[in-house]
Amino acid sequence: MTKFGSRIAGITALFIALAACGGSNTPAAQTDVGVTSNSILLGNTIAQSGAAAAYGTIANGELAYFTYINNTQGGVNGRKITFKILDDAYNPAQTVPLTKQLVEQDKVFAMFSGLGTQAQTSVRDYLNAQKVPQLFVATGATTFMLDYSKYKYSIGWQPPYQGEARIYAKDILANHAGAKIGILYQNDDYGQDYLKGLTDGLGSSASMIVDKESYDVTATSTAAQLVKLKASGADTLFLFTTPGFTIPALVTVTKLGWAPAIYLNAVSNPEVYMGIAAKNGAALKNVTSVGYIKDPTDPQWASDSGMQLYKTVIANCTTCNVNDGFNIYGVAVAYTMVDVLKQAGSNMTRANVVNIATSGLNESNNPFLLPGVVVKTTSSDHFPITQEQVITWNGTGWSSQGGLVDERGTIK
Amino acid sequence: MIQRIRTTPPRYWLVLVVVLFFIGLPTVIDSFQSGEWAQALVLAIAIMGLNILVGYSGQISLGHGAFMAIGAYTSAILAHRYKMDYLATIPIAGLLTGILGFLFGVPALRLSALYLALATFALAVVTPSLIKRPAELTGGVQGIVLLPPVPPTFASDTFSALTGTALTSDQWTYYVTLAWTLVLFWLAWNLVRHRAGRAMRAIRDGEVAAAASGVNIAGYKTLAFGISALYAGIAGSLFGLAVGFVSPDTFPVALSIQLLVGAVVGGLASIPGPIIGAIFAYFLPIESNQWVPTQTWIPGSIASTIEKAGPAVTYGAVLILTMIFAPNGVVGLVLTGYSRLRGRLRGVPDRESGQMPPDPHTV
Repeated sequence: MTKFGSRIAGITALFIALAACGGSNTPAAQTDVGVTSNSILLGNTIAQSGAAAAYGTIANGELAYFTYINNTQGGVNGRKITFKILDDAYNPAQTVPLTKQLVEQDKVFAMFSGLGTQAQTSVRDYLNAQKVPQLFVATGATTFMLDYSKYKYSIGWQPPYQGEARIYAKDILANHAGAKIGILYQNDDYGQDYLKGLTDGLGSSASMIVDKESYDVTATSTAAQLVKLKASGADTLFLFTTPGFTIPALVTVTKLGWAPAIYLNAVSNPEVYMGIAAKNGAALKNVTSVGYIKDPTDPQWASDSGMQLYKTVIANCTTCNVNDGFNIYGVAVAYTMVDVLKQAGSNMTRANVVNIATSGLNESNNPFLLPGVVVKTTSSDHFPITQEQVITWNGTGWSSQGGLVDERGTIK
Repeated sequence: MIQRIRTTPPRYWLVLVVVLFFIGLPTVIDSFQSGEWAQALVLAIAIMGLNILVGYSGQISLGHGAFMAIGAYTSAILAHRYKMDYLATIPIAGLLTGILGFLFGVPALRLSALYLALATFALAVVTPSLIKRPAELTGGVQGIVLLPPVPPTFASDTFSALTGTALTSDQWTYYVTLAWTLVLFWLAWNLVRHRAGRAMRAIRDGEVAAAASGVNIAGYKTLAFGISALYAGIAGSLFGLAVGFVSPDTFPVALSIQLLVGAVVGGLASIPGPIIGAIFAYFLPIESNQWVPTQTWIPGSIASTIEKAGPAVTYGAVLILTMIFAPNGVVGLVLTGYSRLRGRLRGVPDRESGQMPPDPHTV
């Protein structure tokens, strides 16, 4: 009995010790998690591997801008920005635990520029329930602007996909009214958002769409879909596809001996990726897209002060390709983020920052965006950027067609 | 009674210590880590199921990730679409997956080891694609977002009375998972020590001999498949609870491999094996992802490669090394070490002298 008793006593002591350790482990309740007198911690999940790895450099561009601000201005109002980037491989099943980790373990002040429609949708409920700002998500999914009333802690940044697709609809109705449209789209919220925008934009002419084919993001090739689209008799091809799928699709179209007019979504149009497609044998004739950011490869910006600044900033990132349009995207969105933090001033609470981002933005001087593009939100309008410029591929770069098209207020 | 307690073999006390360790764990780690440990326990349940199939009845499955997916989706759909209490969906998910596993076991019986492995592998490959199809039901590629569970008042009151802090949903998930783990491990322990378990082991060690002794080969093989799938289904359901999100990509082929590696590393045909295997299988990829980038002495280009391929490569290497040096996994290694040590200390002749193995049950 004594032996048994001492064993029980020992185990009980162990358990009580464990419990006692837990007792002192009280999490301190503070309203400004992630902000100290000299630092602000922002978190980010992005695809740096997997099907959409091309986007990974966006976060590097953002980090380069924060480093630039920390080094030249000592941060924002004396607080240096720390930016923690985690790779979710464009897989929402990884985004959820990684976001939880950033919020609960690293205790970030806000999530900034998380990438991927599906990925960011899958953590939106969680972040809003925790009242953690989900700022300037790197997706143009319309729901991030349109559903503000339901998700007050989430906001996008780039032009909504539906708005972009409506611009294509206008362009095609104006210039190729007899076109037969074939669409290749990614089968998720992102692809379907574009599809909806195009269908809405075409309105009564939606019968111009003769075929639409989808692929899953886990697919390895879209050749079968392109063969079908060609067989459908389409003479105009819409690619609502991410860069990893766009480049082989452009090449396949040429290999099939097909020469449709191509409309390419803005999320895959940086000059670098067009160059890779061309190098692999894509003809790239008659390609139309839209832009709202200055293209680093466009000679017209060579002496532009914004472009000079971009080149200074991006020098902070040794692995970044200065010509990659995704890097200037990252720098541009980081500029807006810093702008918001500056406006928040001493009132660095999550609620205040989110309020400025979703309802109080008026940034007409973002040096990395095309002249005239304004980043703006009000209490009744939560679409930060709505202006885009139609561009066509001239063989070596993009040329502007006409002026900025504004889709503000058209999406409801 | 006291006499019985006094004669209890030491390993029962070890069990008690381990159980108390797991009960006390959330009080020393933070809420987020409790969530991680909950997921490790989920893997332990799935690996236990696989262990019953592979370790005790000698059939190979590379498709247990698919059974987890079925369990997770059953719970997610019932909870999300039909507004059922998530906890109530867990046994339903387990039973449904168990029945499916049993049905899958019927044709699978006709296949011998290698072909069975291929058939189950096919199951693992196909399931994520199948899930995407009825998009209205399963949410398609978007998956289903589940809200974190709210701890009931009795649990949070007890927890805060003991530790002085509020019970978070992650900690509650951990305890739910732990409760299921204990029940299922206890059931497995009973199973393998009784009639069915003996029959399964007999089939594994010699089908002809087992049949000659009157064991219903077809019956027990299918039963093993069904029970194994039931475990995977419950694990999948708990996985949905712990992660708060299910999508087809949550259950890739790699998950099935991860489970098998966990089972082998922990130790096939052992009860504690799956826990050790699960801790290994769950924390290895996380640690290698987070540790490698912080090591400045590794050149950037190599680090980024290792970071991505690290877990897969390590899984492979560890699997091969385990097969060569510790065919019975960590548990086998510990048991051998322990009996050798005891042999040395007590001066008992070693097994070359013809001594019986100390614990014939676990063979």
